[in-house]
Amino acid sequence: MAWHTITFTINGETERVTVPSHMTLLQMLREELALTGTKNGCAAGECGACTVLLNGEPVNSCMVLAVECDGAELVSVEGLADDGRLDPVQQALIDVGGVQCGFCTPGVLISARALLDRNPHPTEQEIREALVGNLCRCTGYVRIVAGIKQAAREAAHVTH
Amino acid sequence: MSRIEKTPELIGQNVGRIDVLEKVTGAAVYTDDIQFGKALLHARIKRSPHPHALIKSIDVSRAAALPGVKVIVTGADFPNHIGLYLKDKYIFARDRVRFVGEPVAGVAAVSEEIAEQALDLIDVVYELLEPVFDPEFSATPDAPLIHPDLANYEAPNFIFPQPGTNIANHFKIRKGDVDSAWAQCAAIVERKFRIPHIQHVPIEPHVAVAQMTDNGQVTVWASSQSPFAQRAIFAKALDMSPGDIRVIAPLVGGGFGCKAGVTMEAMPLALATRAKGRPVKLLLTREEEFYTNFVRQGLVIRLKVGCDANGRLLAMENRMYWDGGASTEYGVNITRAGGYSSTGPYDIPNVKTDSLCVYTNHPIGGAYRGFGMSELHTAVDQVMDELAEQIGMDKVAFHKLNAVKAGDKLVTGMTMHPHGLQECLDKVAKALAWGQPVSAGSPHKRRGRGIALAWKAPAMPPNAGSSARVAMNEDGTLTLGIGGQEIGQGAFTAAAQIAAAALGVPMDWVRVAGPLDTQYSPYEWQTVASRITWSMGNAIRAAAGDARRQILELVADVWEEDVDDLDIINGVVISYKSENEQPLRNMVVYGLPNADFTEWKGGPIVGRGSFMPTYVTGLDPETGQGERAVVHYTVGVQGVDIEIDLRTGKLEILKAAAAFDVGKAINPDLVHAQIEGGLVQGLSSALFEEIQLREGVMQNPSFVDYRIATAVDTPRVMETFIVEAPQDDGPWGARGIGEHPMIPAVAALGNAIYDAVGVRLEGPPFSAEKIYLAMLDAGVVN
Repeated sequence: MAWHTITFTINGETERVTVPSHMTLLQMLREELALTGTKNGCAAGECGACTVLLNGEPVNSCMVLAVECDGAELVSVEGLADDGRLDPVQQALIDVGGVQCGFCTPGVLISARALLDRNPHPTEQEIREALVGNLCRCTGYVRIVAGIKQAAREAAHVTH
Repeated sequence: MSRIEKTPELIGQNVGRIDVLEKVTGAAVYTDDIQFGKALLHARIKRSPHPHALIKSIDVSRAAALPGVKVIVTGADFPNHIGLYLKDKYIFARDRVRFVGEPVAGVAAVSEEIAEQALDLIDVVYELLEPVFDPEFSATPDAPLIHPDLANYEAPNFIFPQPGTNIANHFKIRKGDVDSAWAQCAAIVERKFRIPHIQHVPIEPHVAVAQMTDNGQVTVWASSQSPFAQRAIFAKALDMSPGDIRVIAPLVGGGFGCKAGVTMEAMPLALATRAKGRPVKLLLTREEEFYTNFVRQGLVIRLKVGCDANGRLLAMENRMYWDGGASTEYGVNITRAGGYSSTGPYDIPNVKTDSLCVYTNHPIGGAYRGFGMSELHTAVDQVMDELAEQIGMDKVAFHKLNAVKAGDKLVTGMTMHPHGLQECLDKVAKALAWGQPVSAGSPHKRRGRGIALAWKAPAMPPNAGSSARVAMNEDGTLTLGIGGQEIGQGAFTAAAQIAAAALGVPMDWVRVAGPLDTQYSPYEWQTVASRITWSMGNAIRAAAGDARRQILELVADVWEEDVDDLDIINGVVISYKSENEQPLRNMVVYGLPNADFTEWKGGPIVGRGSFMPTYVTGLDPETGQGERAVVHYTVGVQGVDIEIDLRTGKLEILKAAAAFDVGKAINPDLVHAQIEGGLVQGLSSALFEEIQLREGVMQNPSFVDYRIATAVDTPRVMETFIVEAPQDDGPWGARGIGEHPMIPAVAALGNAIYDAVGVRLEGPPFSAEKIYLAMLDAGVVN
C-alpha cells in the first residue's frame, strides 16, 4: 500500500496529511480530520450526502481520492458559517423548516452554496435541477427549494 | 381549575426546531460520527447466496488465520431465537438459510478491508432446497415448508401461527353475513392488486457499535428508533438482564420503520461478546441496506366490495397474502393491523377478512411507515373509486356517504371516536376544484383527478408505555428526560413544547437530554406507530405537571396560601390571591427558607410521568371482534391532479392536496412538514419504487436502479391542511401524524390515472411504460 503526503486547505485552514492511495476524500475528512459533518450515505456517488466543494465545484467526496486533493481548496459543511455567522443558505433552511433528520442537509447546503455562487438568481427549476444529486427522504424537497429561493432573494437584497 | 385546564399558549405555536442549528453546521452527532479510535474493530458479514438451503458445514479456519482477524462467529455460537413479536429468527443462520443475504457468519477485524477479505475465506457448504416466492402459493399445502419448527416459536397471544404450513399469522374478521349480502348489492367490484416490496431508504445507512466490558455488561451505540425495545430483544437473545445492556441512540438520519426493533444491531453485539473489550462496528453498505435489511412486505390482495342502489356499502370480502419473507418476527403484526383495519375508514356492515402473513424466501418484511395501511388503501380506495363510478355517484359524495362516523361500530366492533374525516374531504375536494371541469394543457395530454382516504391506528402491543422526567436546574431551566427518538419528525421540539407548556416556563428553558441512553433516559417502548406525540406527550405532560405540583405545594406551604390560588407563568410562581411572585430560579434546586431563615423547605425538584393505555382489549381469534381493538385512528384524505402524455405514458403531478385530522397540532408547522414529506414519499413509492426480485435476488440494489423521488419529481403545487377533532386522551387533544400522509398516495394517484385515461394498473409503480402499455391494451392509444 503506497502512502502519500498531501497538502491542501479545508475551510480556510492548511492541512498536511499522509494518506494511503485508495483513501477517498470522504474517508479522509471523516476519519483523518474528524470532520464528520460530511455524511456517508452510499459511498457510490449516488446520494449526495457527502458533497463538498473542491476548488469551488461541488463533488461527491466518496468518489474523489484523497491524493487528488493535493494543493486543492476544500470547503465542507463545517466551513460554511463564518466565525459563527451562518451562511444565508444555512439560515434560510432553518427559517423555512427545510431540515428534518438532517442527514442529507450538509450535502444539500454545499450544493446550494455552489449553485448560488455560479448563479445568484436561479429559477425554481434551476434550483430543483441543482439538487437532483442530493437525495432527501424526509422533506419532500418543498422547504429545501423554498429555503434556497429565500437565500437567493436575501443575497440579492444585500448586494443591490 | 379552568385556568389550568385551558390550552396553554405554547400549544399550537410554530416554535422553531430545537435540533436544527447543529444540523446545518454539521455538528449534529449521528452514530457513525462517534470516534472510537484504534481499539475499534470493523465487522463484515458473510451472507447466504441462496434463497433456501441447508447449511451442511461452515469452515472458518482459513479466515481465522488471516492476520488482523480478531473474532469470527456463526450461528452455532448463538442458539437463541430473536425477534419482536414472533421469535422465528437467529442472529446468524443455524442449519438453514431462508433468503439471499441472510447472515451466516460475522467477522471482526482491525480494518474493514481485512474483514471483507476474511469473508472470502469462510467456506460454507449448502444443500439447496426448493425456494418459494409467491405468497399465495406459499400459503397452500403444496408449498415446501420454510419453517418446519413453527410450532415451537414463541409468540404473543394475539398472533396465530399455523404450524405445518407457511402461514405465520392468520387474522380473521367475520362480521355480519357477507354471503347473503351480495344478493342485495346493486353494484359489486372485484379486483386483485399486487403491491411490490419497497425499501425504506433512509439516507443514513444502518450502523451499530457494540462493546462488552469484563464484567459482562454491554453498550450498543446504534442508529435506532427503539433503544429500549432493542435492549429487551438483545437480553432475551443473549440470556442477559436488560439492566446489563446499555443502548445509546444518537440522532437518527431517517427511520421510516427500518430502525425499529432489531435488524442488524445484534450482529456487532454478538461479535463484541468475543472481542475482549474492544468495540465492534458494523456499518451496512448501501447495497446491503437495500436487500439484506428489513423491507416493506409485498402484498397480494383480492378484494370484493358491494353497495346498494343508493351507493351505501353493504359488504366486503378481503383476502390478503402478505409476503412476509424469510422471517415474520415483526411482519406478523402488520398482517394483524391490515386485518383489523381491513375496511379502511368506511362503514361496511358485512365483512369477511382473511389477512395471512406468509413465509417466502424473500427478504424479511418489517415495519414501514404506514405499517400495512399504504398497501391496504392502495386496493381499498381504488375499489371504492370504481364502485362509485359503477353506481353512478360522484366520488366525493360516495366517500361522504360511506365514511365512518363517530359512534359507528367499526370492522372489529370497536366504537369510532369523534374525528374530522368529512372536513378533510371537504378541504381536499375544494383544493382540487372537485366538480368543476378541468382540461389538459395540450391535445396530446389527458388530465385527471383522484382522491383517496386513509386511516391508521398505532399498531403496537396493547400496553406499550412511555415515561418522562423533568429535572429542574438551578436557574429554572429544566432537563427533559425522554426515551422517544428524534428521527427527523421533530419529536424533540414537540416534547420541549409540551414540557414548557405544562410546567409554565418559556420554551427556551427546556433542554432535551440526549443522546437517548437506556441507562439514563426514561423508558419508551419504541418511536414507531405515530405514537410519540400522543403517548410520550402524555408522559411529558404528566412529568411536567408533577414538577409543577411539587413547586406549587412548596410555595403554598411557605406563603401559607392555597395551591389552587397559585400558578406558574413564564417561569414565575404567582398568586392570584396575594399577588406574591417567586421566580423558579434557585428555589427549584435549593428550596425556600421561611421568613426568618430558621428553616428550609423543598429541595431539588424532579417530576416524573408515565403513560400506558390500559383499555385495549383482545379480539376473538375466529371473528376479530372485541370491545376496543386499538387506541384510536388518525384519519385523512389526499388528492392529486395530474396530466398524462398520451404519446409516452409519462405522468406529471400538477397539484397534490392533503388534509389530516391530528386532534390538536402541538406545532402546526411541523405537522405540515410531516404531511409534505409523507406525501412525497408516498408518491415516490407510487411512481418509482419496487424491489425487483428474481429468484429471490434483488436486481436493483442501488440508487441508480432503485429510484426515489428527487427534487425535480415532486408535485409543483402542494396544499396541506390540518383538521383538529380532539383526541380524548391525547395531550391537549393531540394524536399522531408521522405515518399517515404516505398512506393514501398510491390509491389517489391510481384513481387520477383512471380518471385521466381510463386504465387501472394491477399495482405500483405507475411507470410511464406500464401506463402506456395499459393504454395500448385498452385502446386509448394505438
